[in-house]
Amino acid sequence: MCQAPQSEFEEIIEAGAETAPAKKGLNTNSNVYTILYAAVMVVIVAFLLVFVSQTLKERQTANVINDTKQQILSALNLRDQADVAATYDKVITADALMQPNGKLAEYEGEFNTSYKSEFDNGNFHVFVADIDGERKFVIPMNGLGLWGTIWGYIALNEDRTTVYGVYFSHSSETPGLGGEIAGTKFQDRFPGKQVVDGEEVALKVLKYGKADKSSQYEIDGVTGATITSTGVNTMINKVLTAYIPFLTKQCCKEGGCEEEGEECCEEHQHVESND
Amino acid sequence: MANKNSEALKQPMWANNPVLVQILGICSALAVTAQLKPAIVMGLSVTIIVAMANVIISLLRNTIPNRIRIIIQLVVVAALVTIVSEILKAFAYDVSVQLSVYVGLIITNCILMGRLEAFAMQNGPWASFLDGIGNGLGYAAILIVVAFVRELFGSGTLFGFQVIPQCFYEAGYLNNGLMIMPPMALVLVGCVIWFHRAKNKDLQEN
Repeated sequence: MCQAPQSEFEEIIEAGAETAPAKKGLNTNSNVYTILYAAVMVVIVAFLLVFVSQTLKERQTANVINDTKQQILSALNLRDQADVAATYDKVITADALMQPNGKLAEYEGEFNTSYKSEFDNGNFHVFVADIDGERKFVIPMNGLGLWGTIWGYIALNEDRTTVYGVYFSHSSETPGLGGEIAGTKFQDRFPGKQVVDGEEVALKVLKYGKADKSSQYEIDGVTGATITSTGVNTMINKVLTAYIPFLTKQCCKEGGCEEEGEECCEEHQHVESND
Repeated sequence: MANKNSEALKQPMWANNPVLVQILGICSALAVTAQLKPAIVMGLSVTIIVAMANVIISLLRNTIPNRIRIIIQLVVVAALVTIVSEILKAFAYDVSVQLSVYVGLIITNCILMGRLEAFAMQNGPWASFLDGIGNGLGYAAILIVVAFVRELFGSGTLFGFQVIPQCFYEAGYLNNGLMIMPPMALVLVGCVIWFHRAKNKDLQEN
């Protein structure tokens, strides 16, 4: 597929031979010259790349952090914010970790940008947000699409099961097909759906057209991108299953803390007051 | 000389188009033309990179050892693409997110190696720069034509905006799913080549 006309390759050799004698005493075809040239070239390029990478690293990290915050806000339906950092500080009241018993505890470290490794290490992040006085929870997700990784954030209402909003992105899905998971057309199908049914994750992304419109758990995938849609489904299922202790902790539902859920709610206030 | 330079710029746009005549860069032409936006981004990135790589190789052309010239060209292209991508990540993060996979595809784009070998190794920096711009734009033009047709008939949109009105769909019109698949891009490129050959009689083989 990738070929230049044969004739053009032959010309080069002649051209090279012509120009070589013009350089006084320099035989560009000798072994020593070839090896030295390659060595010098590699060293120069290596230094250049290291220099560029080091100089720009700070700005790049800042951009990545900003982008991650924007993604979290997108899940809360706050897309395309002008001042991401300010909105984030205003809306997100806590970056918390889920404990094995489903309670939330303040996350002590610096703001994280790779939630895949955090998830793999057993650090289950939950962002607590305050939208017009209502508490929302944002959970980061990671998974695999057709060609590469996909990720996203899912925002839940205070009942911990109704979807408030979602955000998905991908590294290398096909534009127009799997890439559509990053579009609002697909993401707008999520709000209002239920995540958990009893003790299990019930939210499902199905092949396009297969979802029962009246179901509160089923969502149509992207047309022509069944594998990516299945990837989204697997991702939601895998990640949220790990969050089941948190999702089924019903104590704070409907604002009632009187009964067995008392300590759970104290925990929440603790998280808030620390911020 | 001036005439030769303007030839270097104009020839690749039509008469010696990299995609249509040299049949270079077909791989990426299939991959990124499902929508207009990535096609334009890819076209512009290739234009910039091929022009810069052409200039660098042209400046080095008399010193490059003949036996490892392809490797040297590859190193220059790869280094250039990496640096551009790093700079984008630092100063234009949105664009770099848009480019994501295409950055890697630029390195493997045959137009780069084709132009470095065929032109920059024998011509001065200015002529090489124009040749790079010409070939990049010639490539971009084909991508845009193919992407226009594919996005319009495949998704009913242009730049992501709905162009085919809703009443068409209500009347039973359906988007052509085949348009989004890579094979259709090949068929469309074939059609463009057909048209091009019909207009350029001297390229027809008997």
